Amino acid sequence: MEISGIAAYLVSFFTFVGIYAILALGLNMQWGFTGQFNIGIAGFFAVGAYTSAILTTPESPWHVGGFQHPFLVGVVGAVIASALVGLLIGAITARLRTDYLAIATIGIAETLRLVIANEGWLTNGVRGMSNIDRPFSDFFQAIGLSSAMGSLIVVAAFLAGVYFLVERARQSPWGRVLRAIREDEPATAAAGKNIGRFRLEAFVVGSAIMGLGGALYAHYFGFLSPEAFLPLYGTFLVWVMLIAGGSGNNKGALLGAVVIWTIWSGSEFVMSAGLPEGYTGYAGPLRVILIGVLLQVILITRPEGILPEKAPRAIAKGRRG
Amino acid sequence: MTDVYILIELLQLSIYGIVLGSILTLGAIGVSMIFGILRFAHFAHGDLITVGAYVGMGFLMMTHAPVWTALPAGMIGAAIVAVLIDQTVYKRIRRTQPVILLISSFGIGLILRSLVQVIWGPNVYSFPGGIQRPWMVWELAIIPNHLWILLAAVVIVTALHLFLTRTRIGKAMRAMSDNMDLALVTGIPAERVIMITWLLGGALAAGAGVLLGMDSRLTPTMGWNILLPVFAAAIVGGIGRPYGAIAGGMLIGLAMEISTLFLEPSYKPAVAFLIMVAVLIVRPQGIFKGAW
Repeated sequence: MEISGIAAYLVSFFTFVGIYAILALGLNMQWGFTGQFNIGIAGFFAVGAYTSAILTTPESPWHVGGFQHPFLVGVVGAVIASALVGLLIGAITARLRTDYLAIATIGIAETLRLVIANEGWLTNGVRGMSNIDRPFSDFFQAIGLSSAMGSLIVVAAFLAGVYFLVERARQSPWGRVLRAIREDEPATAAAGKNIGRFRLEAFVVGSAIMGLGGALYAHYFGFLSPEAFLPLYGTFLVWVMLIAGGSGNNKGALLGAVVIWTIWSGSEFVMSAGLPEGYTGYAGPLRVILIGVLLQVILITRPEGILPEKAPRAIAKGRRG
Repeated sequence: MTDVYILIELLQLSIYGIVLGSILTLGAIGVSMIFGILRFAHFAHGDLITVGAYVGMGFLMMTHAPVWTALPAGMIGAAIVAVLIDQTVYKRIRRTQPVILLISSFGIGLILRSLVQVIWGPNVYSFPGGIQRPWMVWELAIIPNHLWILLAAVVIVTALHLFLTRTRIGKAMRAMSDNMDLALVTGIPAERVIMITWLLGGALAAGAGVLLGMDSRLTPTMGWNILLPVFAAAIVGGIGRPYGAIAGGMLIGLAMEISTLFLEPSYKPAVAFLIMVAVLIVRPQGIFKGAW
């Protein structure tokens, strides 16, 4: 591969890492901090992606839209839409044990996928939506950068922003209550905290972050179809990233995204080079098995992940608020 | 005229609904039992259904035995697979929180689905027998296979009922599901009960898989695609209560088929999901009372 080819690959690689890291941070808010089980990440991811795509694309005879709003409006719309879906699901399941939440989230994710695939007027169904512009491509072109490089910069900026916010949230009293709920629900309730409300807040914030990831994906990739939101890519990889990195630890979520995406995309090269002729069709399932087995090994041997959760340093020492 | 037409349509869809319901029931009983004993929603259950169907079909391809033998062959195969999964993976993480088992099972499901793809390829298979000419009873078309599916489901559920109520280990299972601590202090062999739970859960899942394969075709995602209706059936019946799963399975099966009167058939899983959400809002303990 030539240098420019390698550079282009690296840009794409890190853009995907960034998008997955955002999803993993969203999941960390729900599972890592609060112990809420969202197994329908793909659904929130899809809501964000399609909302932003519908808001920003030019008029098309194949699906609703033609609003041509700027990129940032699409992002805000994506965050609001996925937060609303999170609010709905969270409100229904807030009182129930987390298994019900898991089943409800997979239900909403699969139902949304059916809606996306069947409602052609809205999303162009399985044929997909195209012509989604990369963020600020005119601006990046003007300063001499490719639109792919521009996407990477935008994704990195959003990732930094989300990381800063969730890290602040973790150290705040609000984050402490979430962890208290996770560790001991009755004791937290006895301390006068409204468990249902805190849980719902964390769930909605996590869903909104996932929606943001979806919007960034839509604008980087430029094309959306229901295939992209199968549970494997949308949900499973994110879970493996968070668990491998260390759930409860935002740095772990970032590290997990890098490590697992490296293994996942690296396995593609290894398999296509290593599998004998005629067996290349098995590469897909074999890669899934590899990641699936890796998850089991982590759960059995090191369930706390590479970077285990650490109790946060109290901010503003010596001052009582 | 049109009234009669609608009635016929409704009755015809009800027949399909009962057939689908009996398939969902077999899956939902397993989900419910596993939840009752191990306290987690088993997300690999759909793929266990797939494994059962493919093992049954693989047995037919190797032996050319009569079609019905696919059922016991698949059930034995999936029961063994379920116990192997539990012994190699779930057993080691059982001591931590039950929800960890949930994410583990999600991964196991993906592994099983991919293994089916690797072993049998992405091709679509179907059980021998071909397209059957339906019997016409009044204005209703009855497909012979549908009768067999219903009969097989009734036999399997009856056998399970006898096992749970008449054998020592069956009673021990019910005791553990009712009150784990109490059951353990009375000396119930927990590990053996858990193993039997997986044997039964795997066998029932395979039953659902083979019957589903007879009703349509075998694809690597066949089980995953009915996982949501199976969970819905278990929740409607009250998760952790296998007998409720029968009623839940029938209700979900009927609702899914009858919904095709006014909805795209591809939305059938969404109908199951909406009923489940309604039950979660109104009566999260399930709409049927009583333990097992």
